[in-house]
Amino acid sequence: MNSVAFLTYDMPQTPERLREITVADLPALARGCAVLGTGGGGEVESGALIALSALEKHGPVPLVTLDELPDDGLVLPLGGIGAPTVGHEMIHGIHEAYLMREAIEEALGATAVAVMSSEIGGGNGVVPVALAAQLGLPLVDGDEMGRAFPEVQMVSTNVAGLPIEIIGLVDVIGNVTILRPTDWEWAETISRMVSVAAGSYALMADNVISAGRMRGAIIEGTVSQAIRIGRVTEGAADPVAALVGELGAAKLITGKVVEVERRTGGGFVRGSVVIDGIGDDVNRIVRLEIQNENLVAFEDGVVLASVPDLITVVDMHTAGAIATELVRYGQRVSVLAWACDPLWRTSRGLEVVGPQAFGYDLDYVPVEEAARAFI
Amino acid sequence: MPSSNQSKDLRIGIDVGGTNTDAVVLDAQDQVVTWTKQPTTDDVTGGMRAALAAVLEGINDPSRVGRVMLGTTAATNAIVERRRLGKVAVIRIGAPATTAVPPLTAWPDDLRAAISAGELLARGGYLIDGRRIAPTDFDEIRRFLESVAGTADAVAVTGVFSPVVHDEERKVGELVREVLGESVALSLSHEIGQIGLLERENSTVLNAALHGVARDVTGALSQVLSERGMQPATFFAQNDGTLMAMEYASRYPVLTIGSGPANSIRGAAVLSGVEDAIVADVGGTTTDFGVLIKGLPRESTAPVRIGGVATNFRMPDVISIGLGGGTLVSDDGERVGPQSVGHRLGSEALIFGGSVATLSDAGVAGGRASFGSSSIGASYAERLARGLAVADAMFGDAVDVMSLGKAERPLVVVGGGAFLVPDVVPGASQVIRPDHADVANAVGAAIALASGRWDAIVPDGLGRRDAIDRACDMAKQRAVQAGADPNSVEIVELVEIPLSYLSEPAIRVNVKAAGPLSWI
Repeated sequence: MNSVAFLTYDMPQTPERLREITVADLPALARGCAVLGTGGGGEVESGALIALSALEKHGPVPLVTLDELPDDGLVLPLGGIGAPTVGHEMIHGIHEAYLMREAIEEALGATAVAVMSSEIGGGNGVVPVALAAQLGLPLVDGDEMGRAFPEVQMVSTNVAGLPIEIIGLVDVIGNVTILRPTDWEWAETISRMVSVAAGSYALMADNVISAGRMRGAIIEGTVSQAIRIGRVTEGAADPVAALVGELGAAKLITGKVVEVERRTGGGFVRGSVVIDGIGDDVNRIVRLEIQNENLVAFEDGVVLASVPDLITVVDMHTAGAIATELVRYGQRVSVLAWACDPLWRTSRGLEVVGPQAFGYDLDYVPVEEAARAFI
Repeated sequence: MPSSNQSKDLRIGIDVGGTNTDAVVLDAQDQVVTWTKQPTTDDVTGGMRAALAAVLEGINDPSRVGRVMLGTTAATNAIVERRRLGKVAVIRIGAPATTAVPPLTAWPDDLRAAISAGELLARGGYLIDGRRIAPTDFDEIRRFLESVAGTADAVAVTGVFSPVVHDEERKVGELVREVLGESVALSLSHEIGQIGLLERENSTVLNAALHGVARDVTGALSQVLSERGMQPATFFAQNDGTLMAMEYASRYPVLTIGSGPANSIRGAAVLSGVEDAIVADVGGTTTDFGVLIKGLPRESTAPVRIGGVATNFRMPDVISIGLGGGTLVSDDGERVGPQSVGHRLGSEALIFGGSVATLSDAGVAGGRASFGSSSIGASYAERLARGLAVADAMFGDAVDVMSLGKAERPLVVVGGGAFLVPDVVPGASQVIRPDHADVANAVGAAIALASGRWDAIVPDGLGRRDAIDRACDMAKQRAVQAGADPNSVEIVELVEIPLSYLSEPAIRVNVKAAGPLSWI
């Protein structure tokens, strides 16, 4: 295993790690998750309403670190799998979280002690707040991506070398599937088929393991981070500058969207967006390549940033994140790019989510080098 | 004796705004015959009566008026002020799905209290491919309906994926009629909105609550017309710049929300004779920019909140900038607005003997208009010239933001401050200043297009073409229901959005059809 080196990596200490999530935190959480969604991850608004309903009924959700959980207690890494459009119509039922816990606890003969978001980017970063509230469990301040990715195997526990043991799927009808796949690729294939059979949307627990084994194999602090990102733009005189400061991001360009192209292929929405610079960036043109998420930014054929580093398009005035399907001609935007978690930059990490994993014949160059000029 | 067509060659557009009720009479060639501006009255009827009286004086024979079109903010005001709203029994069909967000979640408490006669989340609903989530629980729905009998004025029914399969909502609609009779109003969500359950449900509930308001406005207009012995066909303006027949409007009153800005943009099209343009409505404090595509306002993709409730209505895509006739010019002329003297222009501006430098002063000093009662001191010249240059740059920037593509389009300027816009604006092929630009909104109400919209998910592959054709037919059918001539209705917009992560590649299509009103 070459995965040990990064396990000792310390997340930057945050002065204001939150201890619980209340109704008042939800708008900021939703905005922050949209920014971390890098254009994908599904819309956050209905997720925020799901969380609102649950918190109004059950009260605030405690936010914990893995260190605070018993070694042998199970952590449920939850998120929706399927088509975001479907999730916008066929909202979760309150039975799903209970059925999931019951089935997982029975299968593994252990007790669930916390819920975690499997994917902090987009709606999947927000909904687990509701699931934790419904189950009366705390929420882990962390996730398995630190952003949004499209497939089941694109999670930190995979990169950390943990085997895939068990996946749970619960649909809105109430069908429960417990899956013991032979490897991560089969986990993706079968999970996808189950979600399609259930109307293209299901709740998924992506590789349930104990808190003790999960330590060092997730990206910590991302729930607090999302809320901080959502808060920093509130009332800021220059919201984009405030967001850039919070993320430590490179501002690749500020300009006008002059071209948007979309097409479907392999279940993904692929396409590209061209931004023509204005103000200080006049006479510059940046092109984004998209597969659900924003994956690569080019200028004159040179890569400025690429997956797994994060690339988000924001409104140049409000700094609100713009999802890839809502980008359109004439919008005034800033394109921000910033460093992913170091775990994704290991050789195993790049194998799973580097540019080549998405079909780009590119060598990964960290954004702080590739976009040095814009930091 | 004129032929029957000639005898009905005029139409009247009335726009009931917050401040003024405007009316215009247009002839068959869309030329303004006469117009008026009257103060809006609290009861609406008074302002309408006065406006109608004023324009009828300008034509010799009221019987020549074949149609009356009304643009009104009554629905918006009713929701914002929580007045005159009906009590709605809210039914959602989809459990056990969707129970994580019950109906009316996140509604403002007072609006919910004003509208809800009770809520039910019943078992039923569909998956995206038309399979059932659960069998419809008609017994439960019947018991709920019996419990609201006597308290509910209307029923709103929203089923999961009803835009894909309508049958269930229709059957529940029949049950509503069976239990509560014909006197309650009924709103079915697949007739109101698109995929996106919570927004569609909210829109359906608001629509159901507005039936009484629609009846009141319709009644007021009928009364004013019958006092004059007139029996024209009557229409309401809707939020996309088209019309709906009175009967259609009474079923979908929520569609009148947002018709104000749409009317201004549409009116600019009629007055200028251009179909593709950017429109600037220059007022005293702000300028609103919109875009005309094939004679209709471009719609915004941003979600719309009405009275604090998220909906999925499409509103005209409008941006406002703080530039108008009363806008302040700073001491050094480098900053313009957003502060404005507003309605005090006539006393505070330099050209009216006041001491405040405004954009109107800058426009007059720059030779773009000549009005006012005082001359401007020479010491202001440089400051005003600089301020006007700053304003010109802001106009140009807004035009660029609203532009659709690389091709330049004309800029149509309307409103009282239209003279402020220079004759050359970067990004615009030309600047058009139509006559009667003061009453562009009433002219916009008097337009002669009706439209319909349809939203569907279709397979991307075999059958795609047929499915899109079907969606187009549905949109045309809706347009005809709204009053369009079946022989000349056409598709004016077709948006295809690829969907991700589905078993088979699929596309969401959104189609809009529009056509001239059929002759009566």
